[in-house]
Amino acid sequence: MINSIGRIIPDQIKGIETIKPYQGPFALQPQGRSVGRKLGVNIPKSNKLLKSIEDAIDAAGLKDGMTISFHHHFRNGDYILNKVVETIAKKKIKNITLAPSSLNTVNESILPYLEQGVISAIETSGARGELGKFLTYGKLAKPTIIRSHGGRARAIESGELHIDVAFIGAACCDSFGNINGVNGPSACGSMGYAMVDAEYADTVIALTDNLVPHPIFPISIPQTQVDYIVELPSIGDPKGIASGALRISRNPRELLIAEFAAGVIEYSGYLKNGYSLQLGSGGASLAAARFIKEKMIAQKIKGSFGVGGVTAPFIEMLEEGLFEVLFDVQDFDIPSIESIKNNPRHLEMSASYYANPHNGGPIVNNLDVVILSATEVDVDFNVNVITDSNGEIMGASGGHCDTAAGANLSIVVAPLLRGRLPMVLDKVNTVVTPGETVDVIITERGIAVNPRRADLMDNLKNTWLPVMSIEEMQKMAYDLTGKPKEIEVSDDVVAVVEYRDGSIIDVVRRPL
Amino acid sequence: MEKLTMRRAMMFMPGNNPAMLQNAGIYGADTVIFDMEDSVAISEKDSARRLVHNAIKRLKYPCEVAIRINHIQTPYGLDDLKVVLPARPDLVRLPKAETAKDIQIVDEIISEAEEKNGFVPGSIKMMAAIETAKGLMNAYEVATASPRMVALAIGGEDFIADLKTSRTSHGNELFVPRGQLVLAARAAGIQAIDSVYTDINNEQGFIEETIRIKEMGFDGKSVVNPKQIRLVQEIFAPTEKEIAHAERVIAAYQDALARNSGVIAIDGKMIDTPIVTRAERVLAYAAAVRK
Repeated sequence: MINSIGRIIPDQIKGIETIKPYQGPFALQPQGRSVGRKLGVNIPKSNKLLKSIEDAIDAAGLKDGMTISFHHHFRNGDYILNKVVETIAKKKIKNITLAPSSLNTVNESILPYLEQGVISAIETSGARGELGKFLTYGKLAKPTIIRSHGGRARAIESGELHIDVAFIGAACCDSFGNINGVNGPSACGSMGYAMVDAEYADTVIALTDNLVPHPIFPISIPQTQVDYIVELPSIGDPKGIASGALRISRNPRELLIAEFAAGVIEYSGYLKNGYSLQLGSGGASLAAARFIKEKMIAQKIKGSFGVGGVTAPFIEMLEEGLFEVLFDVQDFDIPSIESIKNNPRHLEMSASYYANPHNGGPIVNNLDVVILSATEVDVDFNVNVITDSNGEIMGASGGHCDTAAGANLSIVVAPLLRGRLPMVLDKVNTVVTPGETVDVIITERGIAVNPRRADLMDNLKNTWLPVMSIEEMQKMAYDLTGKPKEIEVSDDVVAVVEYRDGSIIDVVRRPL
Repeated sequence: MEKLTMRRAMMFMPGNNPAMLQNAGIYGADTVIFDMEDSVAISEKDSARRLVHNAIKRLKYPCEVAIRINHIQTPYGLDDLKVVLPARPDLVRLPKAETAKDIQIVDEIISEAEEKNGFVPGSIKMMAAIETAKGLMNAYEVATASPRMVALAIGGEDFIADLKTSRTSHGNELFVPRGQLVLAARAAGIQAIDSVYTDINNEQGFIEETIRIKEMGFDGKSVVNPKQIRLVQEIFAPTEKEIAHAERVIAAYQDALARNSGVIAIDGKMIDTPIVTRAERVLAYAAAVRK
């Protein structure tokens, strides 16, 4: 079948019971109800503390065919996922579905367990490096399901993604299981992705290298959601979790793109008192923060809230009073972690609050402006952030399609060329975010406004900004590089890319 | 003088870096100068020539395209010209120019290339960088040695070495050479371009130097980093008051022309030709400012 943006979706996909083709950003009307966590009882004076991961796995009753989850706030410093999978393998448990909020290169060490069948399916936001390659070449029993952050929260709450056991890395955990991410040697900041897992998993196991007396403050995940606690010598490498302040790029091309992005925001009509903004953590997006900040100061504009993926430049804007509050689902650097710990206007939020389309209202629906990155874009404004020019999985869906759908102005920034490759194609290799939710594409050589946004075009056309059609932009790229050959792929579907509402927006086929 | 050719920011790009060549045109420089001299190692000279040739020929740059060749007394200068001229750069910058003869040799080679390749005679322009005391003493002769000459530039680092002094934050060491260079360029009716400011992280120092050289009469500055381009252009932008005055001068001038009158006046005050010329220059700079 063909979905509404023209992508061919197989009528049957192994491991997917119901094929729901994407029909538009808000076309799908959800059915059913939210599910709740399994009921349990906690006897007074009982002890949640177990001696080892093995004991916790036994206590949770983990067995073949179950689903386990993790959160990726420890990014490339994460020890938890690898240790748990290794332990599961030692216990001869098989056919586990791994459902982390995302996978990083640090998780490559689980590859042998994927090959051995300990892990037989993955549902996550994305993967990089060798893991991405592994998934691309279809070596798992069923296709990987790629979900956005909002889509994952939705799938968990609707029961589509049922987590049997959630493993939560706790930078700080007290003896009753209250957790936060801001204290201890493995501080990671917000616990936004883990919050949903904790609320809905059948069993929740906290793993911590910072067990402290009850009660802790602040509490991100409450003791009411935590069943067992295991103390470990270390749960993460601080160097891989968060670096010093993420610096604004000095790359002149990224700065130019950033300046265009700030210019688009300035003239869009949305830059006014009370506006809201989300920045990505990519180079051009961070650099845009500098220019936006200058404009806000010069025009005496105070925003209502910022959303992230939070980084040091955003923290500076909060501290300088340019935004009232920040809503934070994940932190990327040490200043951000310090801020969420100390600044009461820096608010922690769950992935569901952030972006789940099927609740009472995710914060992305209140966004005015979001700046997003892209691996590729196409003349229909579709965006790919998952697969590279070889068709291999190398990125993550993240909050891309969530924020693009919710924001009044969704800006996608990308270089026109990467090396010898044009980034504006006839059709992107994989659609993650549909073009109908993308308003502007900005490259270092020009700015293309989605024809659906005639209002925006009117606002931008008589400015210094180099506005052009997407076709002109593509021609510019092709004139420089020639038209790339399409990747040859087999019929084998190795990954299913879900839109945030659970419909299938695209599939990844194994490259030949 | 080429009144309407803006050369506020002339940005150097190493000629042996394909990525930089590809992106050279995107930063808004008035001129990009593809370098084959100091930023290119001897072992890379050959590839730099070929890359620059192909870049000029294949890519469309939205600005003036210049090449900085090696001096023709070196083993590389003549080859630079031989390989790159057929691609038809807009401008050739000769470093370490000391005599009119240096200019005339290059001029002849360019003339031959123009004829051989069917280019409009005289269409490829020249500029010379004065980098020694001897060159400065001959600056007017250098500036007038060929009708192709459109600008003199001062090469600050080499000049300071030749003077046996060193860089300071206040720039006194180059005050006299800069002044003399501007005089020579103005006397010859061509543009004067200042040296690069190499401490790219010292934005304030760069701004102060650019304001100073603008006040001294320079038309623009060589830059080494894209982020310096906008700063130069902003500093060279006329003020609203200057623009308003220039518009009134030109309106009065056109009115006088329409009336076949030789007398130009604003508010009863006589306006002479230099004021009209200056007004045209102000409006040209104003027109080049990004709106």
